[in-house]
Parts: sequence; C-alpha cells; structure tokens
Amino acid sequence: MKILVPVKRVASLDDEFELNDDGRDVDPDFCEFDLNEFDEYALEAAVQIKEAAPEGTVEVVVLTIGPDDADDVLRKALAKGADRAIRVDDAGLEEADRVAIARVIAQVAENEEPGLVLCGAQSADQGHAQTGMSVAALLGWARTAVVSKLDFTPGAATAQVERELEGGLVERIEVETPAVLTIQLGINTPRYASLRSIKQANAKPIECLTPQDIGLAAAEIGGAGALSRVRRVFVPERGRGEIIAGTPSQQAARLLEIISEVNG
Amino acid sequence: MSGILILAEHRRGTLRDATLEAIGAAGTLKAVLGGPVTVLVIAADPAPLAKAVSVGAVDEVITVARPDAATYEPHVYEAVLRSVIAQRLPALVLMSHSVDSFSLAPAVAIGEGLGFATDVFGVAVEDGEVVATRAGYNEKVFVEIDFPGRTGVLLTLRGGAFAPETAPASPAVSALEAGDGKARSKHLDWRDPPASGGIDIPGSPFILSIGRGVGDEANVAQFLELADGLGATLGCSRPIADNGWLPKARQVGQSGQLAAKCNLYIAMGISGSVQHQWGMKHVETIVAINKDPEASIFTIARYGIVGDMLEIAEELRKQKGIQ
Repeated sequence: MKILVPVKRVASLDDEFELNDDGRDVDPDFCEFDLNEFDEYALEAAVQIKEAAPEGTVEVVVLTIGPDDADDVLRKALAKGADRAIRVDDAGLEEADRVAIARVIAQVAENEEPGLVLCGAQSADQGHAQTGMSVAALLGWARTAVVSKLDFTPGAATAQVERELEGGLVERIEVETPAVLTIQLGINTPRYASLRSIKQANAKPIECLTPQDIGLAAAEIGGAGALSRVRRVFVPERGRGEIIAGTPSQQAARLLEIISEVNG
Repeated sequence: MSGILILAEHRRGTLRDATLEAIGAAGTLKAVLGGPVTVLVIAADPAPLAKAVSVGAVDEVITVARPDAATYEPHVYEAVLRSVIAQRLPALVLMSHSVDSFSLAPAVAIGEGLGFATDVFGVAVEDGEVVATRAGYNEKVFVEIDFPGRTGVLLTLRGGAFAPETAPASPAVSALEAGDGKARSKHLDWRDPPASGGIDIPGSPFILSIGRGVGDEANVAQFLELADGLGATLGCSRPIADNGWLPKARQVGQSGQLAAKCNLYIAMGISGSVQHQWGMKHVETIVAINKDPEASIFTIARYGIVGDMLEIAEELRKQKGIQ
C-alpha cells in the first residue's frame, strides 16, 4: 500500500519585504522557505504507519508542486523517511489557488492509488486549510480534517481517528478508507533527519512531471482550475506597532500605563 | 443568483456563536447584495436550533431533519447543503472558519462551482461582485480576493471578525427533505477537555498570556501571581498546555480558547503561530514581549517590547508592589 503525503514549501517574510510589480504577491527574493510544519507531522504519521507494517509493504510517496527550488522540501521529506518523491511543475500552474493545486494532487493520487492521503491541516504561511480537503472532494473519498490521533492498519477498511475541535474538545470517529486526512500539530514528534539519511536523500531521484504527464488537461490547471483570484496584496496598518524602547524598568512603566489606559 | 445562505453550525445541541457572527455579517451585506437572508439548519432535531437562529436580518430558516446528522458528518452535510444551494442559487454562502467547515466547505465550493475563500475577515460588494479580504504570510499582509466568472461565492468567516446578531426576528421556517448523501465516518464518542476550574478565557477582558519564553515550569507560578496582581486572566500558548505546565482551559488558540471578549492581550514569550493568533489576533490592543525581534507576534501587536519576559515581569511586580 502507498501513503501519499503532499507537502508545501512555505514562505516566511523577512522583516522588510517588497511586493511584486503587479501588487498581487510578495517578491520571493524577500522570503525564506521551509517545509510546512503541519506537513512534517503528516509525513511522520505516514512513516510511523510504514514502520509498524511488515517491511516492504508500505511505501510513502511525497509530492510537491512548484519549480525546482521546491526540491529542497522533497529532499527533507526523503531524509525523514519518505521512499519516493514527485514534483509537478508547469508555467501554466502559476495562477493556481488551493483548489487548482488540489486538482494536481488528486490526479497524482488517481495514478498512484494510495490507501491514504495525509496532508498538513493547513499551511503555516497562508492558513487556508483548503488543499487537503479539496483533494478528498475531487477524489470522492472519505475525509476528516484536523486529525490529532490516527490508528490505521494498512489494508483495513476503516481508520480510527480523533479530530481536535475548538476549545480542546476531541471527537473520536471511525472513517472509511481510502481517505484523505489532514493532520494537526502535536499528533506525534517529527524525527530529525540523520546526516546519513540526508546524504542518502540527496542521492535519490525526484520524479519531475508536468500536468500533461499526469493526465491533466490545460483547462483544469492554474487559473482555469481555480475558484478564486488574488486581486491585491497590501500591508495592513496594524502591522506597524509601536516598539517600547528603554530599560526594562522604563518598558514596564510604559506597559503599566498602557494597562491603565485600556482598562480605564 | 440572489440572497445569502448561512449554514448553522452547532455542536452537541448548542448553536455556535460563529453562526450569529455570520448572521451579523449578512445583515450588513444584505443591503448591497439584495435578496433574502436564509439560514440552513441540518440536525437530527432542528427545531430548537431554528429558534436560536431567528435573529437579525434572517428572512427564512430552512430545517433539514436527518437522524444521521445527530453529530456532524461532512459527507451528509455536503449532500444537504449542495442540494439547497442548487435549489436556491444564493449569491453568497457563509460558514464559520471552523474545524467542521474545513472538511465541508471545499467539497461544496468545488461541487457547486462557487468562488471560494476561507478565513475571511472582510467582505465587500463592488459592482455586484463579492470581494473578500483575508491575511497572508502569517498575518504580515492582507490579501483581497475576487472570484471572476463565479456567480455564487462561498466564504468561511474568521471567528470574532464580525459582530454577532442577537436581536430577535420572526423569519419564515420551512422544513425540507434534502440530500441523499451517505455518512462515511461514524461518531464513536467525545472526549471533553479537562474542567476549566473557573478559568474564563473567552469571557475575560484582559489576558496576560505566556509561551515557550517562560523557559521552565518553575517560572510559571509567578505569572499566575502577576496576572492576579494586574487584574488579568493568565492564558498560555499550546506548548505550555501540552507540557502540562498550565491546564488546557488556559490555552488560547485554535485548539484552545478564543479570547472573545478581550480588549487587552499581553503576550509574553509567545512567538505567535497561526494557531495561537487565531485565538487572539482580533484583540484591539495586543502587547507583545519577546526576545526575538522577528517573532511574528510583533506583526499583529500594537505595542512591542523586545526583551526578556522574566525581566519585564520582575519590573512589573516591583512597580505594582506584587509579592
């Protein structure tokens, strides 16, 4: 059985950053990139299922969508126990939103026929919480979001999961498989990659495919497959707070003033 | 395409506040968007919930009684909601940005071909078209989203971003039989969070919260005293509750509590993950104290102190005369 883990290369912004000329995104030169933290938990969950199963019976496949810079996150995933990596890229994907990205992931899932798709519950940079559940919708599979505990034996018709709700309430449910589950932080402790595994990961091939290679029509990818469009990005006023300078004593005094100003 | 359809969200028989916030948002949008405001209640026993959503600008409540909706099940909800959307063709569908919606909204938007955006805190109508505003890059920028070519739009609304509507109304209530979807997951049981012990994060107007920067469990007790001395409720971020240093009832964030009534939030040693920000970023006055000047909490704070939370706490105690 395969477990497919789609991963995202997320961006964090430098202190100072600029927008692209079209004002619709941040200039990537001002971003640092890393593997989405939520996806690390999803990957760890997949690798733990593999390790609990008889050797050679479960394959963990990681997938990302984007240019060759995104190979970094695939290498990281390979070093943490993924067996195989796929990257899908095409200029036509540029205007994609989460649903359009999900169309690519769902098509790869159709081709790979995994028993589970495990995604991060959301991305740390944009937090849409759409991609994984869009994949489930496109595949027509059973789905559960924000999974905080997962018990699944490869081959079983159901998985027992806990979903973490607002306010710390937990619901225990049984979900049909194949399923798409989105994984919450704290479900496990993602492993560190050893130097040896990093070296091995660097030697592994990454399958680079286009949407056409996987069988997606041009009318389904990028902006054509999207349900939304970014019109404008702007820096909000509130992002420019006042820094209270001075000694700790002066800072505390100002803080006490603020407390009494707000509380009256 | 006209009107606004709101999905009522409820859990264990109680309407969630987010639904009243969606009704509040619909009240202001109705004037520019036109058409009726309709609330859909899907439940095993919808009657009490239909009463609870009869507020504000609501013109109609549609109830769908299904025994398999005794607990939330995304596939059942999807079938019912899609069937009602296909019949009514609303211009705008509103849901809360909640864990339940995460597994429902994408399927409905894709299935019905609706424009789609999540975690929205601003909605405008320009030339008859919906424009949504949300945040990006861990709240450092705001993003305006439009939906070219889409006649209907589905938005999930950020908790606390819209004022709830509670004024009673007398909408028409109609029962529908809708949706033939089959449940594909089965509720087994609930696990309640540990008792709050009288800790009221959602109701507190002033919260002092601590995060990883507290360093050691032994340092936690002094912050209980400090919060007490300042008249604040002590909150915390997820790692502090996960470590068992403070009870879960004090945790602010998506998997903890929403600081719903808070005016002043002091975040000490909290870097500000998206999940933590979910619970507090709406607060009007946020003061962030963190050693790391690049901590994302500073991007949403009105006031920032770059420094050691333990030192600042010590000074606060001294100047306030807290033992």
